[in-house]
Amino acid sequence: MLTALAAQLFTGLVLGMIFVLLAIGLSLIFGLMTVVNFSHGSFYMLGAYLGFFVVGYTKNFWLALLIAPLLVGVLGLGVERFLIRPLYGRSIDDPLLLTFGLSAVIIEVVRLTWGKIGLSLDPPRALTGAVNLGFGMFPTYRLFVIVITALVLVGLWLFLERTNVGLVIRGGSRDPLMVRALGIDLRRVWLLVFGIGSALAGLAGILAGPMRSVYAEMGVTTVIESFVVVVVGGMGSLPGAIVAGLLIGQVVSVTTFFAPKLAEINVFLVMALVLLLRPSGLFGEAGLME
Amino acid sequence: MKRAVVRAVAARPVLTFALVFAIFPFVVPYKALATQVLIYGLFALGFNLLYGYTGLLSFGHAAYWGLGAYGTGIALAKLKIASLWGALAGGLLLAGVGGVVVGFFCLRRRGIYFAMLSLAFAQLLYFIAFHLADVTGGDDGLRGIQVPALSLPGVSLSLESSLAFYYFALALVTLALLTLKRILDSPFGAVLQAIRENSDRAVACGYDIRKIKLLSFVFSALFCGLAGGLDALRLAVVPVESLYWTTSGQVVIMTLLGGAGTFFGPFVGAATFLVLEDRLSVFTESWPLFIGLIFMAFVLFLPKGIWGTLLARLR
Repeated sequence: MLTALAAQLFTGLVLGMIFVLLAIGLSLIFGLMTVVNFSHGSFYMLGAYLGFFVVGYTKNFWLALLIAPLLVGVLGLGVERFLIRPLYGRSIDDPLLLTFGLSAVIIEVVRLTWGKIGLSLDPPRALTGAVNLGFGMFPTYRLFVIVITALVLVGLWLFLERTNVGLVIRGGSRDPLMVRALGIDLRRVWLLVFGIGSALAGLAGILAGPMRSVYAEMGVTTVIESFVVVVVGGMGSLPGAIVAGLLIGQVVSVTTFFAPKLAEINVFLVMALVLLLRPSGLFGEAGLME
Repeated sequence: MKRAVVRAVAARPVLTFALVFAIFPFVVPYKALATQVLIYGLFALGFNLLYGYTGLLSFGHAAYWGLGAYGTGIALAKLKIASLWGALAGGLLLAGVGGVVVGFFCLRRRGIYFAMLSLAFAQLLYFIAFHLADVTGGDDGLRGIQVPALSLPGVSLSLESSLAFYYFALALVTLALLTLKRILDSPFGAVLQAIRENSDRAVACGYDIRKIKLLSFVFSALFCGLAGGLDALRLAVVPVESLYWTTSGQVVIMTLLGGAGTFFGPFVGAATFLVLEDRLSVFTESWPLFIGLIFMAFVLFLPKGIWGTLLARLR
């Protein structure tokens, strides 16, 4: 019983890591340009499909792990430049509506390209099997997902806190007018951040691929759950996204263990509770980014 | 001549609607499509009250459509209520209660937050309906709905023929449209549009906008619940997808294609969407691809929608 629960907690941690990657992308994009990217879930799905494609072409998972997120990132750049940029200055609902349409288009294009039946993505041979951590055996691939996500998070933190571009991004999400008054072209920063956020979604997709089934609609429920993570953590707050991502991962995983039917429902109950007690989220500042 | 027609339509919009839709089943390829346009148009009308007139973009209106459908369906199939009015009232009640509860939570946040929260709550309801198979039929949908005869004082009419059902639906939708017109013409309706234009200023004018937004939310939920209830009667089954996010997406697309914030836009949009779906699905299974592309083009280049653009040209 206890080892089974430990295994479940571990599964929850891995799931949480995927949520964190997705939520950080959403939160970063929203925090800087108040755009909710509904197609974030489709980018996640594309990461898994492109990963499958690159693995099939090169037989190399490691290469795919690098290329798939980059391709999704490049697509994200295109989407920002040609579809979202014309909408700046219009109602803040418009980018959400546009990316909602885009999401349907991407799903259909994937169905046309790779067929309606889901795919399965295999982890590389070096990561198959399980490792004994002293309190139980755990699949190596899942441990790898935790390590990679942690490394990416540290890298992102260093980028935001220690580089000049990171400084501009943080400034831009706090007070865009002031940053522009200092003579900085924020449009290039928006483009970059949209690309980074999309690439993170792609990375989450290829990482999740070997653990979950890969199918065209896989991103839709995930993007809704990731949004719940962002709401619980507080919009625009990176520590919030991390804490809430891990929390929601555990909520899903632990309820799956005790009452599988309630797993999806509990996620929303946590959100409702947070909204009642702390409307701006665990780490959010009240009144910011309304 | 043109101006005279425009003026006559503008003066009596509900009458115009009733006249146009009275002959509508005879101009479309088949009658089932006409009924669908009417019911989905009512769904979009409810959504439009919230989005087009109050400025609140909900991505979870499948919730009220689905609650209305389940309320009506459960009353007929499980509770064996023999009255058509009782069944529809059941749907309205469920949708109204859903609107009050979800509205209370979602309206704690504004803007994009509101959109995504409404979506999250609709998904919550979807999962509940999915797992509560004893009541809702779960994945198989709610079956065994028998449409009772329409009983009016003195007469009882069977709704079995599709044309009889169409005109029954038309009568209800016309009533709904009259109600909407009454709401929009009232001071309350003016405040809704003030909130859409500038909610801070509406607060400064002394309006309790949270209460007003909630009221608009509930009215919107009731219109959508009636539409869902009618759809349960039309199909004699409630698929669990009624509550799924795709249904919410459909009503958003319909309303925007037709023209958000216009009186007839929702019906124009519903007709456009359903005809497109009907025509495209003959050629390709990937019809959502084309609807998605058309929708994106509308958001980018024709944000006023078909009817809204037409109105702007006429004025």
